[in-house]
Amino acid sequence: MSIWEFANPVRFMRFSGKLLPYFSVSAALLIVTGLIWGFFFTPEADQFGSTVKIIYIHVPTAMLAINAWVMMFVASLIWLIRRHHVSALAAKAAAPIGAVMTVVAILTGAIWGQPMWGTYWAWDPRLTSFLVLFIFYLGYMALWTAIEEEDKAADLTSVLAMVGTVFAVLSRYAVNFWNQGLHQGASLSLDKEEHVADVYYLPLLVAIGGFVLLFIALLLLRTRTEIRNRRIRALQAREAR
Amino acid sequence: MSLNATDLTCYRSGRLIFSGLSFSLENGQATMLRGPNGVGKSTLLRVLAGVLEADGEVELNGTRLSGDRDAVQEQIAYAGHLDAIKPQLTVAENLTFWAGLFGGRIEDAVEQFSLAEIWDRPAHACSAGQKRRLGLARLMVSERPLWLLDEPTVSLDVETTARFAGIIAQHCAAGGMALIATHIDLGLANPQELLLHPLTEAQHAETADPFLSEDWT
Amino acid sequence: MSPTLALLARELRLSLRSGGGAGLGLAFFLIVVLLVPFGVGPVPSLLAQIAPGTLWVAALLATLLSLDRLFQADFEDGTLDILTLSPMPLEGLVAIKAFAHWLTTGLPLIVAAPVLALTLNLPDPAFFWLVTSLAAGTPALNFLGAIGASLTVGIRRGGLLLSLLVLPLYIPTLIFGASAVSAAADGADPMPAFLLLAGITLFTLALTPFAAAAALRMHMR
Repeated sequence: MSIWEFANPVRFMRFSGKLLPYFSVSAALLIVTGLIWGFFFTPEADQFGSTVKIIYIHVPTAMLAINAWVMMFVASLIWLIRRHHVSALAAKAAAPIGAVMTVVAILTGAIWGQPMWGTYWAWDPRLTSFLVLFIFYLGYMALWTAIEEEDKAADLTSVLAMVGTVFAVLSRYAVNFWNQGLHQGASLSLDKEEHVADVYYLPLLVAIGGFVLLFIALLLLRTRTEIRNRRIRALQAREAR
Repeated sequence: MSLNATDLTCYRSGRLIFSGLSFSLENGQATMLRGPNGVGKSTLLRVLAGVLEADGEVELNGTRLSGDRDAVQEQIAYAGHLDAIKPQLTVAENLTFWAGLFGGRIEDAVEQFSLAEIWDRPAHACSAGQKRRLGLARLMVSERPLWLLDEPTVSLDVETTARFAGIIAQHCAAGGMALIATHIDLGLANPQELLLHPLTEAQHAETADPFLSEDWT
Repeated sequence: MSPTLALLARELRLSLRSGGGAGLGLAFFLIVVLLVPFGVGPVPSLLAQIAPGTLWVAALLATLLSLDRLFQADFEDGTLDILTLSPMPLEGLVAIKAFAHWLTTGLPLIVAAPVLALTLNLPDPAFFWLVTSLAAGTPALNFLGAIGASLTVGIRRGGLLLSLLVLPLYIPTLIFGASAVSAAADGADPMPAFLLLAGITLFTLALTPFAAAAALRMHMR
């Protein structure tokens, strides 16, 4: 049995229905653990004070904001090449989640920015790039809702996802050229670099794991909703015949 | 030349239009595409022209539409419900544009469709019948062997309709082919006929839409 | 007449005759640039500082203005069906239409920009780079616009959606275009920004015909 078997809506519904509770519960457990550990059981950093603790929300949402778009890109590519409906609907389902993650990342960044840089907003390359990413999410969602025919909407939004990805990356580097920025070089990398000490790093990893699971759970839930939506439309069309 | 369609199935907006449609046409005669309203005549013509996608295969002179779309499309002239005329341009400008794009000559078309009398008139000032004549003149200008015509005689008067039937006969006699969806009798000498039937309940039932699957939980 | 020339001539004739194309975009460009001093005040040094960005942003907006008709008219009157049957590939067709759109909207902006730059007190050394950067950058605006226009063909009131889709794609072009002019105005080297601008334009010219043609085919499916 190949992975493409799950591209069949019926099979996907059955399978995702079984998985959803596990993802939801483990997401809740990890997020609660990561946040409590991070908020109450880590020392305050000399340089940042207690404000540093916002990273337990800021960093995971920022990572997901970008990765949700990457996931949409891959899902759109699968739709264009193999025309699996579930793939297109998964891309559609991921967009609002990614958009919300982007907003949360921007807002937590602004709240953190006030004590750190003395301003809520600066035209720093990373902040600006997230704003641009948010606009790409808005355009993508708007195109989905503007087109009546579902398959055509899937086609066209996939093209937009392709072109949008290219130009989102281009914008990222163009923005770097435009303003060198305030952000520290890299706040986190998986091979653990010098900025973040172990005491902060471990709870952060737990929180990131929790948010990734949360994303998957929401994605499954929203994809199931979109599939049911399609089924309702198809049934209505059959009734109307 | 020959036109073969095998097992064509087409959906529009999730609705099945026709399914399992097969036919084969040889040259020499015009073919009338008949059937009640909504049976999919326009859709079929657009599928054959390669501007709409359908499951199944279309073969023109042995070239498959799915294999080499450009090679097939370069033998086709299509005239649909819309005349594809720009109202801001004159009749002359409209026609010379198509001639320039398709690389054909315009003299015959101007004469056959009596366009000389309205040659310098802006298209927005033309009557519906005159626009249709201009739209059909494009068929001759594009110099393609297979004509796909969707209700070509709408807004034409009796005299022009008869003249157009003559043009079709002439085109077929010269080795071309024409597939014409129409409700009227063009008065062609013993044309072939292709009849489309409405879908049966059984055909509706065996729809391929994965969202209508029965084993839904 | 070759197919390419036939199509180009028709596009130019149509946009000149419709009255909406060249003249309107230019008037819009003029108005936007003239509104800015009313907003920020008439201080010459301030205007000189914001002139490059103002002119570039106004050029972006003026390009957007007539984009929604790029494929819409041909889609509505059945021309697009016939064009797909023509010997010319749809990709070539998109490129020619976008180029014609540039000739009627982009080129007038390039000619008018130096005159408007005078009113904004743009420093002398920047004039050459204003014209050069607009010449190198505006084709990208029209070609990227073709993607947006092809995605929104057939959508009711697609104009607003078109702006939402296209404007974020303009960010790299805007950044490098305005940076080149600003650098020249400040006496710095405009070449790095200009070369990046030209690179983005070339990339866009190569990519967009394929994306827009794919989107048009999807609409006809």
